[in-house]
Amino acid sequence: MESQNYNYAIVRSFVVWSVVWGLVAVLVGVIVSFQMIDPDLNFPPYLTFGRLRPIHTNAGIYGWGVGVIFATFFYIVQRLCKVPLWSDKLAKFQLWFFNATIIASAVTLLMGYTTSKEYHEMEWPIDLMIIILWVAFAINIIMTIFKRKDEQMYISLWYMMAAIIGVAILFVTNSAAVPVSLFKSYSAYAGTNDANVHWWFGHNAVAMALTAPPLAMFYYFLPKSTGVPIYSHRLSIVAFWSLIFMYLWTGAHHLLWTPVPDWIQTLAMGFSVMLIAPSWGSVFNGYLSMNGQWHQMRENYLVKFLILGITFYGLQTLQGPMQAIRTFSAFIHYTDWVPAHIHMGTMGWVSMIAFASIYFLLPRIYGREVYSIPLANLQFWLILIGQLIWSISLWVAGVLQAGMWNAMNPDGSLTYTFMETMVEMYPYWWARAFGGLVYLLGLIIFIYNLYMTVTQGKTATAQAAPAEGRA
Amino acid sequence: MWEKRPVLLLVMATAAILVGTIITMVLPFAWVNTEADRIEGVKPYTALQQEGRDIYIREGCNNCHSQTVRPLVSDVLRYGEYSKSGEFVYDRPFLWGSKRTGPDIARLGGKYPDAWHYKHMESPRSMVPKSNMPDYGWLSANQLDPQMIRRKMETLGFPYTDAEIKAIEGKNEMDAIVAYMQKLGSDIPWRESTKTEIVGDLVNPYAGVDHGTMEPWEELYQQNCAACHGTHMEGEIGPELVGEDYDDEILFQIIYTGIEDNGMPSFSSLGTDKVWKLVNFIRYYRQGENH
Repeated sequence: MESQNYNYAIVRSFVVWSVVWGLVAVLVGVIVSFQMIDPDLNFPPYLTFGRLRPIHTNAGIYGWGVGVIFATFFYIVQRLCKVPLWSDKLAKFQLWFFNATIIASAVTLLMGYTTSKEYHEMEWPIDLMIIILWVAFAINIIMTIFKRKDEQMYISLWYMMAAIIGVAILFVTNSAAVPVSLFKSYSAYAGTNDANVHWWFGHNAVAMALTAPPLAMFYYFLPKSTGVPIYSHRLSIVAFWSLIFMYLWTGAHHLLWTPVPDWIQTLAMGFSVMLIAPSWGSVFNGYLSMNGQWHQMRENYLVKFLILGITFYGLQTLQGPMQAIRTFSAFIHYTDWVPAHIHMGTMGWVSMIAFASIYFLLPRIYGREVYSIPLANLQFWLILIGQLIWSISLWVAGVLQAGMWNAMNPDGSLTYTFMETMVEMYPYWWARAFGGLVYLLGLIIFIYNLYMTVTQGKTATAQAAPAEGRA
Repeated sequence: MWEKRPVLLLVMATAAILVGTIITMVLPFAWVNTEADRIEGVKPYTALQQEGRDIYIREGCNNCHSQTVRPLVSDVLRYGEYSKSGEFVYDRPFLWGSKRTGPDIARLGGKYPDAWHYKHMESPRSMVPKSNMPDYGWLSANQLDPQMIRRKMETLGFPYTDAEIKAIEGKNEMDAIVAYMQKLGSDIPWRESTKTEIVGDLVNPYAGVDHGTMEPWEELYQQNCAACHGTHMEGEIGPELVGEDYDDEILFQIIYTGIEDNGMPSFSSLGTDKVWKLVNFIRYYRQGENH
């Protein structure tokens, strides 16, 4: 029927390129994890920890994360709206401009052109490229929604639209800067204001790029994979609106005990704890959708990825609010606990959902069955174990170092010098690097499976795999 | 209703996003960086310091070093007076960081002499054994560009003189980053105000201990003193300590409170016990060897 007109070529391209940038992100991550253990692995000026780490984070967020968002949203929006994409040309432009932007980012960061603002390091010309990219994407998605055939918009479309607006507001506001040259600018905000604006951006980039879009994918691909609809429509409405309302208040939990005014910190702390409710609203909606379907955890590898993904989302959104409480933050902030938290979200939650989404898409966009389900299962265990080693070792390291930082002698002096606490980190940094290698192996198997599917997969039989859900 | 009308959904979502944004992000501009938190004595960066700051940014130092001391006992004891909003009004961008792979450096200015920084930047492990900081000696090979720095000062609206710009000629990136290190956190006179007054008589609790007891204290010396005074007390950045003949009490005071004018840092954060151990180790360990 209609499906012949759908633009799957663009979905295929974005899948491939997002995976390429995902591999770069993980590779660079492994490299910097070894640089932390052995400083002789720094090769100045370009290949030092200080310059490579932003490439790791930005390749992960913008290359892999946003790349998968582009891929899956272009698929989902056509299916849910039952119409082809508004503009194939604009989508094609977006694909090439996306890769140009990521390459430009990597090159300029290597050269040391950076604003230093975490997850927003790229200098102003690249900020402009990212804005153009996002506008192109927004127009295509929203115009497709406008000409949809189904009047009712499914949950995934709400999250997509909120994410499109949210990212736009956040990114533009935090980009404001006065250029000195093509490669150097100074922030439009100073000191404490800059910090507050930046972490309002930083935390909500997590909300609007790494929470809302994966939730859009989850709400679409879970029912599609299980063949059973989402448990409660009402719960999804409550969870959606309270999530996008509450998130924006919480940025300053990254700035507890800093000179940012106390009342902002207190609001951030309160709203962070309240955020547990909407986050777990989606977790429960996912779990309860599995009523009577739990056997699929054994039988359907897609479900395994998706349910583990939403479980890590649940853990992430419990641990996050805990860290946002002043007393706990006083203890744990600035230690290795924090990267462990972030990586549970990125490696566990976001990437699990992304892998499931791509596996689901393969037969539909390439017309070929996934090459090997045993390999997909092997990948599942490798990325799960890799991530757990990564996070658990650094949680332990964080608690250990925090304890040492706070240890006091009977005369009121500190028990340990900074270096005495730092040298204790080395064994845990080794464990983390090992965890990263295991994860990398999982990713390589995924890429092999993807390659084999595309080149040698069996032709997919009529609309492939599982029954269509309600979506 | 909104589930069937995309424009309505977009408007409602925008409104939901803007409420928290306006209250916690826009509104604070009415208080922050105003007269209310202005601090007398906080000065804009000089041309050389600002260039050093830009090099700090370029090399991504903020990935491992934070620059904000929290009003917490362990932070203040370790790093110094807690950070105040008014101290950052000239910081574009802010550099507070989010991770302390290395120590916080918000109060680094004036802690060590310039020579310490040059040597440490060139070879961190020669000063701090087991440090994982990369070497930055290569910065010395890069000459500064005075005209570019002038443009930066213009853009930032910071005061500068032609003589200041001229003085930059011939300086390199290492000079700039050290100048920046020495400015950090030193606009308020916190070192003077937190200087420890020792009340009552000082009594050496380890007076007359034997050589064997002092042996394990060498590690304390190597960790805290050797970088400047040499592994064998032969002196390097700081003076030679062999044959040191200050009284125990005076040596204790020097180590405990430091001497600001000549670059000797205060080691009060080690606590009295460890400082006494150092006093005894420095004064008597060598003599024990000779016996």
